[in-house]
Amino acid sequence: MFAFFLSSGLFLGWALGANDASNVFGTAVGSRMIRFRTAAGCCAVFILLGAVISGAGASETLGKLGEVNAIAGAFMVALAAGASVYLMTKAGYPVSTSQAIVGAIMGWNFFCGSLIDYGELKKIVLTWIACPLLSAVIAIFLYRLVTVCIRLFKPHMFSLDAMTRYGLLVVGAFGSYSLGANNIANVMGVFAPLAPFSEISLFWWLVLSPAQQLFFIGGLAIAIGVMTYSRHVMMTVGEGIMNLSPVAAFVVVLAHSLVLFAFASQRLEQFLAAQGLPAFPLVPVSSSQAIVGAVIGIGLLKKGDVVRWRVLGGIASGWIVTPVIAGLLTFISLFFFQNVFNQETHRPVTYHLTPAALNRIRDANMASVPLADMAAKVYPNAMAFNRALKARAGLTPVQRNFIIESAKVDPIQIKGSEIDAIGPNQLSAAQKHALKSLEGHSFIHPWRLGEALAKISPAWCPVPGDDASKKALDGKLAYLYNLLRAKTE
Amino acid sequence: MEFSFLKKRFGIGRKMDDFLDKVSESGMLFQHGVDAYLKGDQPSFAKKIADIAAVEHVGDALRRDLEEQLYTQTLIPESRGDVMELLESMDGLLDRFKGALWRFEIEQPDIYPELHNDIRELAACVVESVEAMVRSARAFFKDIAAVADHLHKVSHWESQSDKVSTRIQSRVFREKELRLSHRMQLRDFIRHVDKIADRAEDVSDKLRIYVIKRSL
Repeated sequence: MFAFFLSSGLFLGWALGANDASNVFGTAVGSRMIRFRTAAGCCAVFILLGAVISGAGASETLGKLGEVNAIAGAFMVALAAGASVYLMTKAGYPVSTSQAIVGAIMGWNFFCGSLIDYGELKKIVLTWIACPLLSAVIAIFLYRLVTVCIRLFKPHMFSLDAMTRYGLLVVGAFGSYSLGANNIANVMGVFAPLAPFSEISLFWWLVLSPAQQLFFIGGLAIAIGVMTYSRHVMMTVGEGIMNLSPVAAFVVVLAHSLVLFAFASQRLEQFLAAQGLPAFPLVPVSSSQAIVGAVIGIGLLKKGDVVRWRVLGGIASGWIVTPVIAGLLTFISLFFFQNVFNQETHRPVTYHLTPAALNRIRDANMASVPLADMAAKVYPNAMAFNRALKARAGLTPVQRNFIIESAKVDPIQIKGSEIDAIGPNQLSAAQKHALKSLEGHSFIHPWRLGEALAKISPAWCPVPGDDASKKALDGKLAYLYNLLRAKTE
Repeated sequence: MEFSFLKKRFGIGRKMDDFLDKVSESGMLFQHGVDAYLKGDQPSFAKKIADIAAVEHVGDALRRDLEEQLYTQTLIPESRGDVMELLESMDGLLDRFKGALWRFEIEQPDIYPELHNDIRELAACVVESVEAMVRSARAFFKDIAAVADHLHKVSHWESQSDKVSTRIQSRVFREKELRLSHRMQLRDFIRHVDKIADRAEDVSDKLRIYVIKRSL
């Protein structure tokens, strides 16, 4: 059944491969600097590597925006995103799968009454705006650097041609890796919490987590899209921007790849955070807009009067129109899927201020908040609970989120068979041992699992002042919630 | 091994250099040939004709080889058309040098001694214009920013050769002793030689556009 529901994500992946590979290799293939077969093979391999090795970061951000908790819902979200991309492309609008999937997830949130994390949404939208701008700035800098180098070293035209050719292949490979890392979240992100896989070990050293296995399948779909359908798109794109010289094309693809990599790499994020520098948010961005941004950057550098406001207008409208259309399409299709085909498009999550939840809120120095009257009522979804909370004046957004999290009812049952399936990469031996000691227990609030584990073992306690260890523990707990909750369905 | 692709490109670059050497060499042979003809040194003149024919033959072979490589290896796709045109035009200059020498051989014009220095000067101007063109073409491949430094010299030598050509023609037509047919033959000869500089200037105009197209 999972395989059937995954098909919409695979279709989305295929479409992404068919379209976005042209951003990476379009100019090189269109101008016949690189043969299609070489480009497609290289692109497919590196997209797959990027998806499996570095795909988790952007996927996590999408999960925060809305955690689709039923496989039929995930199917519909991916299908609606794919359909809206198809429809808008047909209508001649510039669209991106990143924007479509975000809109589709928001549509799912509205449909099932789940709360939208507006902080995350703001971060995502700002990243979309930053993506072409950053790409333009990087392209301007790189172009200047490359031209200075060429003027300095004066390579022969044929040597420059050869170096550009190999450069295009190398940055194309890097671009494919970045594309896989950044955009796999669009394809497989909504399925990640629902994947019924367990950790597998290949060749005694390569361990693939369930998410990585899913990303591998998604990466394969993208790779098939590249191999089967990208040729035509590459030729069109290549001929469309043939006025770019191969050196400029090299710079454009490199700028695009760096931007996608920056918004996908967890390692880069950790490195920047360790240096005390602001880290790039890990958000799926539009590959096409990164390319257009870089091209405009070079245009500005060369002439200054080449900005086509119509193109920019199209890009800006895409930031709003694509998510809205994808969201509407998702909402409508979820309605039909649920009511006509009787599919569970979301697993209901209720909100109830149980005594345990009230205690937790009190312990967090929020005793003064008058919540006693809400304790008698079970709220059907997060939106209803949030509305009731909003009626109580004086709550900060942080306090409100804490209360919502405390009241969330999403039963978890700890089964020995599930614990045994957890691989050594997911949990340490001490963490697994602590979890094992809770075998047979069940919790109605997810946060209680974390609390119980922290009481049993220091391995489940974050190191004070160490944000990275807290983030890592949160990630592990989220993994456990998904694993144990999904199996109690 | 890993730099084999660069070696291959260096090979093509070297061939391009060889081809331009042949164009330059044909100019020098032409100048020496004209000198030998004016001195009446027939064996030396015949040798120059044989040499320029050989140079033209090698130049043609190199041009064909380069064109084939450019197409089969899909090199410099964005400038391939321009480079092919440049090759053809430069080969045209080489052919014109050879054609001019052969015309001397076939028609054996009677150039009276008062004109010798002027004819030598005309040949020198024409050869200089083609030399400047060859240097521009070399710069186009190796250091595009330096092309402009040579291109203006092509125009300079072309206008110089125009001036010399006009002067010679005026002298020829003011020479009362000559028959009209003789005057017309000399005029055609002078025009034919001067045309080489005109063609060099045409090629330089084309090259100016190629440079703009390729400029970073």
